[in-house]
Amino acid sequence: MLDIKNLKVSVEEKEIIHGLNLNIKPGEVHAIMGPNGSGKSTLTNVLSGKEGYTISGDAKFLGENLLELAPEERARKGLFTAFQYPVELPGVSNVSFLKASMNSVLQANNKDLIDAADFLHLVKLKAKKLQISEDFLYRNVNEGFSGGEKKRNEMLQMLMLEPKLNVLDETDSGLDIDALKIVANSVNSLRSNERSFIIITHYQRLLDYIKPDFVHVLYYGKIVKSGTYELALELEEKGYEWLSNYDK
Amino acid sequence: MANEQVKQILDKKYEHGFVTDIESDTLAPGLTEDTIRTISQKKEEPEFLLQWRLKAFAAWKKLKEPNWSSVDYQKIDYQSISYFSAPKAKKKLNSLDEVDPKLLDTYKRLGIPIHEQKMLANVAVDAVFDSVSVATTFKAKLKEHGVIFMPFSEAVKEYPDLIKQYLGSVVPASDNFFACLNSAVFTDGSFVYIPKGVKCPLELSTYFRINEANTGQFERTLIIADEGSQVSYLEGCTAPMRDENQLHAAVVELVALKNAKIKYSTVQNWYPGDENGKGGIYNFVTKRGICHDKASISWTQIETGSAVTWKYPSVILKGDDSKGEFYSVALTNNKQQADTGTKMIHLGKNTKSTIISKGISAGTSKNSYRGLVKMGVGAKNAKNYTQCDSLILSKYSKAHTYPYIEQNNHTAIVEHEATTSKLSEEQLFYCQQRGIDAETAVSMLVNGFCKEVLKELPMEFAVEAQKLLQISLEGTVG
Repeated sequence: MLDIKNLKVSVEEKEIIHGLNLNIKPGEVHAIMGPNGSGKSTLTNVLSGKEGYTISGDAKFLGENLLELAPEERARKGLFTAFQYPVELPGVSNVSFLKASMNSVLQANNKDLIDAADFLHLVKLKAKKLQISEDFLYRNVNEGFSGGEKKRNEMLQMLMLEPKLNVLDETDSGLDIDALKIVANSVNSLRSNERSFIIITHYQRLLDYIKPDFVHVLYYGKIVKSGTYELALELEEKGYEWLSNYDK
Repeated sequence: MANEQVKQILDKKYEHGFVTDIESDTLAPGLTEDTIRTISQKKEEPEFLLQWRLKAFAAWKKLKEPNWSSVDYQKIDYQSISYFSAPKAKKKLNSLDEVDPKLLDTYKRLGIPIHEQKMLANVAVDAVFDSVSVATTFKAKLKEHGVIFMPFSEAVKEYPDLIKQYLGSVVPASDNFFACLNSAVFTDGSFVYIPKGVKCPLELSTYFRINEANTGQFERTLIIADEGSQVSYLEGCTAPMRDENQLHAAVVELVALKNAKIKYSTVQNWYPGDENGKGGIYNFVTKRGICHDKASISWTQIETGSAVTWKYPSVILKGDDSKGEFYSVALTNNKQQADTGTKMIHLGKNTKSTIISKGISAGTSKNSYRGLVKMGVGAKNAKNYTQCDSLILSKYSKAHTYPYIEQNNHTAIVEHEATTSKLSEEQLFYCQQRGIDAETAVSMLVNGFCKEVLKELPMEFAVEAQKLLQISLEGTVG
């Protein structure tokens, strides 16, 4: 699914990620944990194709050179990012945005576009799953949404697009326990042999509900430790300070 | 998202840049009393109209070209303009089949298939090609309801009394420099009369197109809605690519008598000039309506074209309980300049007005809202609400807002809200991460920004307007 080798990322000549390796196979759920400033958000941005970074190394997504693809091409090939701070799109309604998004992905994959009736049916179904009320669908994208609503909206988009590789950037931050469960349920409902997840988080709490196959610790731009779910528990107990004896 | 990339994607060329090769009967450039006499004679006008024109011309000679707006343009040499151009006269036409096939082809290339439009959109089209109207449709249906919808020049002959009574009654011949020039030399336009109590059964629509090099267009539109009647009028424009600047100075007068309603919608897409500002239409338009008791006038405009736009569709709220509305989207790109807005003149009691203006500036363009809300001494309990929003798509474009308020009645309420925002790379990136390309994303965000105005347009126009906004977003975001 995703194979990252020796990835180095700099912003304005300051290196933030120093040679990162990560291999994700179809069906796997990887959690990336790390303290503030460890390069988690930079990694998300680089994976989704945001500008402004100097990048070296290799990243293959479904066999293609990910780094050469435009952001919309990545999305159309099945890479989805649930952003930590989703932006507001004033005047653009949630439903029309979602429909445009779905149809661009469908079109790029030579599939039939979804018609209005089918789309509405589907979106209402998914919204219900997320305990999102119907009027929410007709509001403008993220405009005036609470933090929790924004995160749920990201999940709605994910459920609609059913992407192959899902990157969740601190989707759990700022969520109460009920909302956290809803997010976890969305992820779990999409889990399959063909689909992979990267869950980026500070806390082990979300992982209690999602149960990742692998946990990696990102510390000052490097993966310093990898393990299974138990590593998350260990981190929770000992804190990131525990890792400070690793080379920075 | 690279700016360069956005620019490339959006650097679409103006699609309507072609010239139809039709033999024209064109007057030599220049403007004298003789020019006006010739125009009047060619159009076989009654004496009163000739005298009206001559009076306007005399007044115009004493007026100075206004310089208070924020637009800069090359000085116009009024003597180098040809003031009359007509497709070679053919015999009177009974049906579309008799119209010059080349002309019909032009409309097709513009995406205005008259035949289909008649059937699908239920729109009667009075096509103004250069200055002479050549096709009028759906006359019969309108006639059934007593609605008069015809070229201005025909109305002059058939309904001289109505013309005499209302011509210049809202925009006097000597109102301003450009209106005055129009009054002297206007060649044609549209005339609409809706009888008492009649709700016009069709959306009325006119397509204008400038097609002759160096020919200024001086359209004159007069719409009279008699007591208790209703009408919705649509106007849309495109023009061929030109190197010389072409002057357009139209006048539109609306008269809404007691309890009448007029809705006037415009989509304007004249040639804006190239990336360097070369060519393009100079659009100096005077549009004004008058509301009698309980009448209402609503202007909706989507302005995407022209090198220079100078336009302030206004409403005089003379009657008590009358209502005026102005909904505007002005999009400027490259070196385009727009100075547009409205005037709401509250004279009667309990009069209401709403102004929603959306300015979008891209490239190195200049986009200004200029509006006046005047509460007269008699405007007891009158209300105005104004909202002016500017969206900036590039580093070098400019957005200005000049709201003028004259308050002469302490019971009147004037509210004004204004915002300025910038389309961000973050927003574009977010859309792209969802698979939506930059071009679609920009047009989606711009359309979102204009939502409140677009929803005021009649359905068949709203689609066209969205398409226009998309085409006009060249080299945006910086």
